[in-house]
Amino acid sequence: MILRIIKILKVLGIGYRIFCYLTHTFLSIQTVTLIPGDGIGPEISTAVMKIFEAAKAPIQWEERNVTAIKGPGGRWMIPPEAKESMNKNKIGLKGPLKTPIAAGHPSMNLLLRKTFDLYANVRPCVSIEGYKTPYTDVDLVTIRENTEGEYSGIEHLIVDGVVQSIKLITEEASRRIAEYAFEYARNNQRTSVTAVHKANIMRMSDGLFLRKCREVAENYKDVKFTEMYLDTVCLNMVQDPSHFDVLVMPNLYGDILSDLCAGLIGGLGVTPSGNIGANGVAIFESVHGTAPDIAGKDLANPTALLLSAVMMLRHMGLHGYAKKIETACFDTIRDEKVLTKDLGGNAKCSEFTADICRRVQDMD
Amino acid sequence: KHTTIMMATLTKAFKPILGRQLGNTAKLFPGLSCTCNTPTECLFIVYLQPPPAKYGGRHTVTLIPGDGIGPELLNHVRELFRFSCVPVDFEVVHVNSASTSEDDINNAIMAIRRNGVALKGNVETNHTMPPNHKSRNNLLRTSLDLYANMMHCQSLPGVQTRHKNIDIIIIRENTEGEYSNLEHESVSGVVESLKIITRNNSLRIADYAFRLARDKGRRRVTAVHKANIMKLGDGLFLQCCKEVASGYPDIEFDSMIVDNTTMQLVSKPHQFDVMVMPNLYGNVVSNVCAGLVGGPGLVPGANYGRDYAVFETATRNTGKSIANRNIANPTAMLLASCLMLDHLKLHDYANMIRGAILTTMNETRLHTVDIGGQGTTSEVVQSIMRIIQSGGPLTTEI
Repeated sequence: MILRIIKILKVLGIGYRIFCYLTHTFLSIQTVTLIPGDGIGPEISTAVMKIFEAAKAPIQWEERNVTAIKGPGGRWMIPPEAKESMNKNKIGLKGPLKTPIAAGHPSMNLLLRKTFDLYANVRPCVSIEGYKTPYTDVDLVTIRENTEGEYSGIEHLIVDGVVQSIKLITEEASRRIAEYAFEYARNNQRTSVTAVHKANIMRMSDGLFLRKCREVAENYKDVKFTEMYLDTVCLNMVQDPSHFDVLVMPNLYGDILSDLCAGLIGGLGVTPSGNIGANGVAIFESVHGTAPDIAGKDLANPTALLLSAVMMLRHMGLHGYAKKIETACFDTIRDEKVLTKDLGGNAKCSEFTADICRRVQDMD
Repeated sequence: KHTTIMMATLTKAFKPILGRQLGNTAKLFPGLSCTCNTPTECLFIVYLQPPPAKYGGRHTVTLIPGDGIGPELLNHVRELFRFSCVPVDFEVVHVNSASTSEDDINNAIMAIRRNGVALKGNVETNHTMPPNHKSRNNLLRTSLDLYANMMHCQSLPGVQTRHKNIDIIIIRENTEGEYSNLEHESVSGVVESLKIITRNNSLRIADYAFRLARDKGRRRVTAVHKANIMKLGDGLFLQCCKEVASGYPDIEFDSMIVDNTTMQLVSKPHQFDVMVMPNLYGNVVSNVCAGLVGGPGLVPGANYGRDYAVFETATRNTGKSIANRNIANPTAMLLASCLMLDHLKLHDYANMIRGAILTTMNETRLHTVDIGGQGTTSEVVQSIMRIIQSGGPLTTEI
């Protein structure tokens, strides 16, 4: 009797799985791992899910939480369900994660990076009409090597009062990031790639990075390749950002330049970001903090996470939906009627989201 | 013991003659054992700051033309000084950036040791040369121990920029950090570059920053770092800054991470007052600030060591693409020469030239190409000379 019930349940279970598989193939609904995060993370994730629903995007969300747990052997790792989900779905969307100061474990972002070998951080910076900054014609992409360079974490105290930090540049990582940069430029119709370096001072390390970029550039003759010193890039960026297209660089320069470019368009609250990993894994995230002071009060601005989700849609090839949602978002900001506090208005997060949903539905 | 007493007597005897110079810099080393018998021999043990290269009322300054726009701009400086009868003679030392031997740069360093002060253009570094060919500018800075690079970014009234009324002083550690030139390839395809931070240098630069802030009446010093990632290196730098800050209770001290700093600089630059930072971040931040006030042609920079001072443009550009076309902006180099005159205590001349430069800046017609105008370098310099002549003091003919 019980065995029969178990058999029926098994058949139902398998049936459910077949049903999911069929819908996925014929209706091409893709599953994406969603990591809401901490602080304002849950609210902005809900906002993004609502907007995607209004746009009828073929995305199914699988929510997972990431907290650091101690695995076998004493190494810190993310929960196995999260890891499995990401490896299965390959695409993820992440909200802000907090790193407690004396937690004893490395930051969550670092853990994710190590787990999935996220070697490229991509940040497209486009000026937003309606959110005024002194810079109005920004349209560039910064691609930053995310695994080595100055952030290798190798430091030694040589003698009392003398510290050395090691900056590591490897052929493999430089080649990988250069290849990704040129692929990105080709797939997104960008005309030029600029390598940012400081080879006049760090002759061997940045010299190696440059050599690899030059070698990869040989295979992509349709994309223009230039090299520029870091200080010249900073100088020209602040005076006239329209000269730049795609920038590729090692870790530290990338960190500084990507934040500089985010500042040009209005800050981290409106900047999308994506992390590309080996094995086709890609995690898109909002790079702002968790803002614990406004968490739960419906005051958060979901723009950064929304634009990252749009970037994710483009990565998956769903350009139509991406354009629809992005236009709706920019229209709402341009109208300046319903804006959250950080954008200069005093609407609530839910009102902002509802406005975007309305626009998306009107577009159909 | 006999030697120490001798030296103490000598110091007391010479103090009224050599005055402040000896009092501040003479170092007596207790327990020093030397076998000198005559007082004259002992004199050489006492360390003296080199006297200024000033003879007959005229100073001698080393001039290094460099590459690109350096030679033409420094020619304009010489012309202007000759015209305004500034009592400064230039000893020109050429440094050939293409040669692999270090004789040229060593000659230049020796000349600067002789004269104490230098004005230089940027010597180009060809980064395709092998790693043992070091950057000439870097060699100069480290050999002369010019530990502090000071850059005062001020919005000039006549120049159109996105942000107005910026007034930031940037102090950058000039000798160590990422520019240590220590690189090796341990395994083929893996290169390691060492970034060195030492306690002594960090304390020294922090002390310089706070003293400067106090002298100029500034209220806040911000340390720029990345100590959340480079915990030991930048952590040490930050700790040294905090230690020095505790000795200056009248000046506020805070710190900011470098990526946040660049973001704040492009959106809200008025929150910064004096900034102090290690070498590479200094490079980035000084270029961002130079861009904010109008470009590389407007900001002068100064490198100070304990005994020597070298003046140049703040962003150290060679400007190869605009060389010899009479379109370079001479403002940065001329303001650097004014900083040099201030260092030589020729304040009247410095103020006269600076005033003439600022008056010329107000004329949009005379702006060079980099700040959106159509003027040529010679037109700008001619205008400055005309203003100086109309100001009254003795000048030669134009």
